[in-house]
Amino acid sequence: MKIIIANSSPDPIYEQIIKQIKTQIISGELEEGTALPSIRKLAQELNISVITTKRSYEDLEREGFIDTVAGKGSFVAVQNKEFLREKRMKIVEEKLGEAISEARMLGLGIGELKEMLGILYDEEGIDSFPENEKEISNV
Amino acid sequence: MENIIEIKSLRKEYDGFTLEDVSFELPYGYIMGLIGPNGAGKTTTIKLIMNLLRRNSGEINVFGKDNLEHEMEIKSRIGFVYDTPTFYEHLNLKQMKSIIAPFYTNWDEAMFQGYIREFELPLKRKIKALSRGMLMKFALAIALSHHAELIIMDEPTSGLDPVFRRELLDILSALIQDEKKSILFSTHVTSDLERIADYITFINKGKVVFSRTRDEILESYGVVKGGKELLREENNGLFAGLREHKYGFEALTPNLQEARRKFKTGAVIEKATLEDIMFYTGKGGGNG
Repeated sequence: MKIIIANSSPDPIYEQIIKQIKTQIISGELEEGTALPSIRKLAQELNISVITTKRSYEDLEREGFIDTVAGKGSFVAVQNKEFLREKRMKIVEEKLGEAISEARMLGLGIGELKEMLGILYDEEGIDSFPENEKEISNV
Repeated sequence: MENIIEIKSLRKEYDGFTLEDVSFELPYGYIMGLIGPNGAGKTTTIKLIMNLLRRNSGEINVFGKDNLEHEMEIKSRIGFVYDTPTFYEHLNLKQMKSIIAPFYTNWDEAMFQGYIREFELPLKRKIKALSRGMLMKFALAIALSHHAELIIMDEPTSGLDPVFRRELLDILSALIQDEKKSILFSTHVTSDLERIADYITFINKGKVVFSRTRDEILESYGVVKGGKELLREENNGLFAGLREHKYGFEALTPNLQEARRKFKTGAVIEKATLEDIMFYTGKGGGNG
């Protein structure tokens, strides 16, 4: 598990922790059944308040990402593949929502936005090609 | 949740200063920071808990017991660090320790030696030849070496360099790992507390402005910066403490959400630090 707390972030610390653990669970870096550090241990390691880490774990548990067993600690919950896919879809929707509201402020229409999306979608694909292929396809 | 410290309607009158209606609780297993400007009443509150001052009225319970009735028992379970540690100047550290240690039934010599090594304290040096930082470390080593269940410290970080301050935070957070011990410390170096404290009690002019979890405080307070045209009457309720300057204003808001809704454009809204909260509250408002 990897957690980086940014003091400059506008997000409160408990949210930064939630986001990073969620991302690692969704991406599979944190596998099902992996034991998480205790609330107090994590607070000590990160030099933050126990109440902060407690809140992060409680929220993660409520959303079904982790299970807490009294006396044993917290573990990455068994993830339903559908559930994970839905979560990731939701993230895509959220990000698109942000892009749309920015576009509205600029007065961009749906046509222009779609065109922009098309171009970016293709470019994103090219980025994952090896370097030489990318050059060829750019020509 | 059970409380290790419970204070209700505490009152202490001096000539020209009154500490009044101070109430707060600290549960077992957590760290509380007591903040406020100089002369706000932090040291008075701590001295009242330690019964170094007589209260005029109110209640103080430590470990669930009245602090006057059970003074001896309570004090032996507390590790206490004064803001200005007072020791016999002509003694060296080892001699001083030999005088203090017998007062504690739970004195742990091995633990003490461990801290002496960790803090790099010269046991043979005379007290009068020590810097303020070293004296503070010595006072800490003593406070931590008798298995105290509650650590109370008055301005422990003053006189300490930033490197040791960070190390101290590590020591403190290690201490509460067992979920039973608690720590209360006063400070005006709020950056130390901003991360590690679970609860913050803010005292200003002898009164408690708030006593809440650190997270609640930092999520509800914000600093709004903008042009003076925003200083309309309808917005007055949003600001607690204001600093106007030639080209605009900066104000503390105890209602960050509302401020974000109200000033979507035309103002910059930032998270408030504890220092911001102390500074602007001193500039009026005060009721937080």
